[in-house]
Amino acid sequence: MSSPGGTEHDTWPLWEVFVRASRGLSHLHAGSLHAPDAELALRNARDLYTRRNEGVSIWVVPSSEITTSDPDEKDAFFESPKGKRYRHASYYTEAEGVKHL
Amino acid sequence: MAKNTPSFALSEQEALARFDEIIAADERIEPSDWMPDAYRKTLIRQISQHAHSEIIGMQPEGNWITRAPSLKRKAILMAKVQDEAGHGLYLYSAAQTLGIGRDQMTEDLISGKAKYSSIFNYHTPTWADIGSIGWLVDGAAICNQVPLCRASYGPYGRAMVRICKEESFHQRQGFEILLHLSRGSKAQHDMAQESVNRWYAPALMMFGPPDAQSPNSAQSMAWKIKRFSNDDLRQRFVDMIVPQSEVLGLTLPDRAIRWNEKRGHFDYGDLDWDEFNEVLKGRGPANSIRLERRKQAHDDGAWVREAAAAYAARENKEAMAS
Ligand SMILES: [Fe+2]
Ligand SMILES: [Fe+2]
Repeated sequence: MSSPGGTEHDTWPLWEVFVRASRGLSHLHAGSLHAPDAELALRNARDLYTRRNEGVSIWVVPSSEITTSDPDEKDAFFESPKGKRYRHASYYTEAEGVKHL
Repeated sequence: MAKNTPSFALSEQEALARFDEIIAADERIEPSDWMPDAYRKTLIRQISQHAHSEIIGMQPEGNWITRAPSLKRKAILMAKVQDEAGHGLYLYSAAQTLGIGRDQMTEDLISGKAKYSSIFNYHTPTWADIGSIGWLVDGAAICNQVPLCRASYGPYGRAMVRICKEESFHQRQGFEILLHLSRGSKAQHDMAQESVNRWYAPALMMFGPPDAQSPNSAQSMAWKIKRFSNDDLRQRFVDMIVPQSEVLGLTLPDRAIRWNEKRGHFDYGDLDWDEFNEVLKGRGPANSIRLERRKQAHDDGAWVREAAAAYAARENKEAMAS
């Protein structure tokens, strides 16, 4: 497990920025930036990631607070859905041609 | 962060095999993936140089903000220079995901250890230079950057997508500046022509040395960091700007330019690589000024960084106490 980006020796900590492009959409990861605290992280994020109306809402999260799954563990970690095609509508072919189904 | 110890019982060989597999499948490498040291080093060098170029690149244009000929041009130029700052920051963030610190990169730039694009070591004595930079320098940068959107390293590619979206305005505003000057008075037209004469060759050299003298290119292409060779990109750029110069009513200072029916491309003349190497080695017209200015800005900002950090630390402490 590791956090994305960032090293321990920088003057200011690293923050991950999430931007909601418009009402009704999720916040999406836009990138990261340095800031001394949450308030300035928000202001920097506005200047850096929304210079062209790219967002109506911003989240900032200290990068060090994010926990990621181990990429090398990928196969084992995401094993469960494999071979379970019946979780998808496309598995059920006999309804082919029946309307509104 | 344990960067290069393949975790979860993958041997180094298995990890390399998986890395090669991802590259071959045209998928992306992400920060926490295992990667060969040389790949990481190449990326850190390339991305940080790229970031430094965006940051230093603010200077030759910033030079004209106070003297832009109208309020509209001033607002446009400020927006462009602000974009370049943004590009630098996106790229620094991308480089950081490879394990290098921001402070370290700044230090390497200021100490002269790190390189940035030589193009920014030329002066901008006339307003037309702002036009030439937008049209030729941003134009060349776009040619270079569009294929980088597909670079095999995920964070680099994503930064480039964002940057490319913003760059097209840069090139167009430069083209417009030159078009207006070219169609203006004789003095304005001459100013535009004189400026294009100065920027043409340095812009072509932005693509780097000819393929035969670019030993690292092959490896970068094998890793799918680079998708096209220096000469291919340069040719693409020449093919773009020749017809554009005709629209501008300006000429390019290269007598060898002519359409080559057989190749389906414009031929162009040899470039003076000795000059390029001189500028690269730090003996260009403005190398020392650029670094001096960057260092001064960094030093002048020291108290702001310290004050903000001290304020954040105090707030933190108070929050813990309450
Ligand atoms: Fe840029
Ligand atoms: Fe630009």
